Amino acid sequence: MTPSGALERAAREDGPRVLATLVRHLGGDLALAEDALQDAYAVALATWPRDGVPEIPAAWLTTTARRRAIDRLRRTRALDERLRTLEALAERDGSAVTHAHDPTMDDDTSLTDDRLRLLFACCHPSLALPARVALTVKSLGGLSTAQTARAFLVPEPTMAARLLRARRKIAHARIPFRVPSDELLDERMRGVLAVVYLVFTEGHTASDGDALTRPDLCAEAIRLGRLLCELMPDDAEAHGLLALMLFTDARRAARTGSDGEPIDLRDQDRRLWDRDAIAEATGLLERSLRLHEPGPYALQAGIALCHDRARSFGATDWGWIASLYGELQRLQPTPVVAVNRAVAVSFARTPEAGLELLDELRDERALRDYVPLLAARADLLRRAGDLDAADAAYAAAIGASANAAQRDDLNRRRQRSRSGRA
Amino acid sequence: MEYLLLIYGNPAEAPAEAQSQEAMQKWFSYTQELEASGALKGGNALQFPDTATTVRVRNDETLLTDGPFAETKEILGGYYLIDVDDLDAALGWAAKMPNITYGSVEVRPIVVFD
Repeated sequence: MTPSGALERAAREDGPRVLATLVRHLGGDLALAEDALQDAYAVALATWPRDGVPEIPAAWLTTTARRRAIDRLRRTRALDERLRTLEALAERDGSAVTHAHDPTMDDDTSLTDDRLRLLFACCHPSLALPARVALTVKSLGGLSTAQTARAFLVPEPTMAARLLRARRKIAHARIPFRVPSDELLDERMRGVLAVVYLVFTEGHTASDGDALTRPDLCAEAIRLGRLLCELMPDDAEAHGLLALMLFTDARRAARTGSDGEPIDLRDQDRRLWDRDAIAEATGLLERSLRLHEPGPYALQAGIALCHDRARSFGATDWGWIASLYGELQRLQPTPVVAVNRAVAVSFARTPEAGLELLDELRDERALRDYVPLLAARADLLRRAGDLDAADAAYAAAIGASANAAQRDDLNRRRQRSRSGRA
Repeated sequence: MEYLLLIYGNPAEAPAEAQSQEAMQKWFSYTQELEASGALKGGNALQFPDTATTVRVRNDETLLTDGPFAETKEILGGYYLIDVDDLDAALGWAAKMPNITYGSVEVRPIVVFD
């Protein structure tokens, strides 16, 4: 492997762990840790082609970044207690490297992986959600700022500013670099899972559009999901989330046609689904259910499993899906869950049974212009054979939609419904 | 690490019982709790903004304005200065503020000069 290839690989595979350890040694200063690691990459770029790639790149990066952090601290501050810690560690580094010792494992590490601490800091609820998402992908995915910017379709200076502001807040407001206390842990863990799932859905929706220019956020989210399961082996929802992402991603090859157009679940070629991913996800879901009664992610994974194991759309176990949605609605009473449940009931029983549930929702003022509800209602009316009412319902949905692609799709469905009349 | 907890509220939105003896007692207990934990560094309630005077000096001339620097519905009613381990601890104290269910608290880290 070329030195630059080796560096790229080390940045991806070891970067997050090295960064996380540096952050701990620097008392939670993610901004300084990031700068020192970037310095180390620059040194590597200059010296690896001349001196050869070090035997353990992670060890080399850690010790080099630590020295650079010392330099940076010396330049700005005459006295800093962190300097003493770092200098003591740096003294030990010489022997550590020759003994092939893993420098990210030291006496303070105890049983907690530094990456877990870093994850909780990056996902802290006092940071704006877009900053949390970007910082998590950047810091724990080992991506460059340019790669992160491309992934979220924003100009690089915008992303650099967003990351810088978030890192500064972590340092200046002293956002803690640790696993939260017991009374906060559940809530914070839910926040971390939500950030990882947002990374996934961002990638998932993107693949409908300009897929080629985006690094794969779905793969990045799955990596983060695997890391979470590794670091929190007894967290049921972490396993539920990873299962959900794998079940969904397993259908990726079948989700778009030859021209990149999206293909409905109903019309997908199920032979293209990734059986290995489905098997792995099934195992993860089983583990999740052994750990705890199903939470929202495990329930959604269960629904995805019902789709993934059905040989055809018609062979789908809609009764089971409807009951899983019922349970999900109890935990997460959101409009989107309620609409999905009504659609599942319409397949499990009759379109009329689904319509009855939708009409209960329609009585709520806030949902009168809710497009997914209007669209689902139009589909169910069409399937119930009430084509005039369906046509009016499609018109209402189209009128309420602010999204051009969505309107196109609804227009197609309306045309299909009209031709059903003939 | 020190944080300033700035206590904001909109008097028009405060419940009637916010002025009651019972409400005052809650503020006293809260202050006592802060003190007992060792976090309290200082704090005060402020008079209403209509008692404020804003001062500027421009071209050697002192300019006084009757009223606060910025006119908003949410007014600064008081503050606590606390010293705690990290932001989570500061946010925890903010969430326990007696007016937190109808007002809000801005948590600002204090700058440490080297």
